[in-house]
Amino acid sequence: MNGLSRRLAGYLGATAALLAGWFALSALIDSPALPSPVVALPEFVSQASALLPEAGVSLWRVVAAMAWGTALAVPLGLGLGRSARADAIFAPIVFLTYPVPKVVFLPVFLVLLGLGDAPKIALIGFIVFFQVLVTARDAAKAVPEASVLSVRSLGASRMDIARYVVVPAAMPDIFTALRIGTGTAIAVLFLAESIAGTDGLGWYIVDAWGRIDYPAMFAGIIAMALLGVVLYEALDAVEARVTRWRRLSR
Amino acid sequence: MNALELTGVTLTYEGSGRGVRALDALVMSVEQGEPVSVIGPSGCGKSTMLLVSAGLLTPDEGEVLAAGRRLTGVRRETALILQDYGLLPWKTVWDNAALGLRVRGASRKEAGEVALGALERVGLLEFARAYPGELSGGMRQRLALARAVALDADLLLMDEPLSALDALTREDLQDVLLDLWRRRGHAQVLVTHSIEEAVYLGRRVLVMSPRPGRIAAVVENAEMGEAGFRSSALFHERCVWLRSLLAGEGALHPGASAGDSDVTYAESTASTGGVV
Ligand SMILES: Nc1ncnc2c1ncn2[C@@H]1O[C@H](COP(=O)(O)OP(=O)(O)OP(=O)(O)O)[C@@H](O)[C@H]1O
Ligand SMILES: [Mg+2]
Repeated sequence: MNGLSRRLAGYLGATAALLAGWFALSALIDSPALPSPVVALPEFVSQASALLPEAGVSLWRVVAAMAWGTALAVPLGLGLGRSARADAIFAPIVFLTYPVPKVVFLPVFLVLLGLGDAPKIALIGFIVFFQVLVTARDAAKAVPEASVLSVRSLGASRMDIARYVVVPAAMPDIFTALRIGTGTAIAVLFLAESIAGTDGLGWYIVDAWGRIDYPAMFAGIIAMALLGVVLYEALDAVEARVTRWRRLSR
Repeated sequence: MNALELTGVTLTYEGSGRGVRALDALVMSVEQGEPVSVIGPSGCGKSTMLLVSAGLLTPDEGEVLAAGRRLTGVRRETALILQDYGLLPWKTVWDNAALGLRVRGASRKEAGEVALGALERVGLLEFARAYPGELSGGMRQRLALARAVALDADLLLMDEPLSALDALTREDLQDVLLDLWRRRGHAQVLVTHSIEEAVYLGRRVLVMSPRPGRIAAVVENAEMGEAGFRSSALFHERCVWLRSLLAGEGALHPGASAGDSDVTYAESTASTGGVV
């Protein structure tokens, strides 16, 4: 609990600093495109009922996308990392496709999957998939051979090795990839929602922008920022639980 | 019937490019309930010999028998402790101790109970819920021992299990090992770089030649385990004798073999002379 309150204090301090900076910047620039927090924050509160459903739509898209991307990438990546034969075949494919910016396929996804949830969930999941795949593969490769050997000496099967050694050893790296992935995921979400469809926070922001309703636009921006923070924090909490041994072993 | 028997065991590592012959027609045996120490120059194949004995490596030629049966893989009644203990940092002390049993199909409850008993034996009961990262080096070593004890093995293979410990902790754990062996009566192969440890814990000490390793000499050490052995003149004599044998294998002369082994032997000989 002490850690939690320290964390809250940290967040409060950071929020205060950000607000002060925002306030100063908006005063300096003095443009309606960057309203002062004094205007934007009350607007955010008054728009809450309109924002909430959009936030729900956006949250669902990111979470669903990250879930399928991760669920597919982790076993595949770990398998590649532990099997020299599979790696020899698939690693070149992964390394050729990894640097390609997946977001350029957005139009393709839109044409194929329409304007609803599907293209967004597919595209974001696709991007998360690659990030986690490469990380999981490298993490599985880096598992200490001594750990594998010692568990094998106990009579462990390949499944046992995966369960007791490879998966837990790779977990911290996978979570790091996911946390970095949330940033990318939300950025892509914004892009996808702003281009196609009539719901989600991305659409809300661009829609308000089109109506030159800058305070509403900013309320949407704040909501999107909060979405990122919440996702990041949720991942952090799960990670702390799953990799408890790491924090204690300092 | 011997607990362990290697006949003509040859193993070549297919390294990067050229192969390295680590073992060449190695012959050695360990009787039931016998504690054996193995000592030899660095890189002579001691770890390889243990991995072969544990069934983790298959020899290119020759045969490995454990309790009279030809080894085809990992054997249930054999426990192996590696130099870095092979503990899993993400599992609690308790789960680590129970791991061997879990992997061998025991239920969570049953494995947990046996593991708790093993932890008690090595004096780690109160740390059951801690993680290995929270333990000292000596405690981690005790945990590795507990995991092996929990398996109720009749053959315990150890690769320099105490080499990372300070001299005092090391002596303490040597006594733990001796005590465990006395009570359980398992056969044991202890690979070590310390002359003193080899003599203290081996009823026979096998001296290996430089790579490819074979048994170059054997020191019979029947008085091992007797009360006060460590401070007896006989103990000292055996250490001196073993040291001369190792020198004969080129393990002690600077330049004659790998540089770091000289340091190791010099240190362990110094502690033989009574420097803790
Ligand atoms: N996985 C491996 N791949 C290739 N060569 C290896 C491998 N493991 C060991 N070797 C080689 O085999 C030889 C014997 O190695 P081994 O580890 O058995 O020696 P050791 O006697 O245990 O040495 P040390 O006392 O330093 O631990 C060494 O020359 C080493 O270079
Ligand atoms: Mg070795």
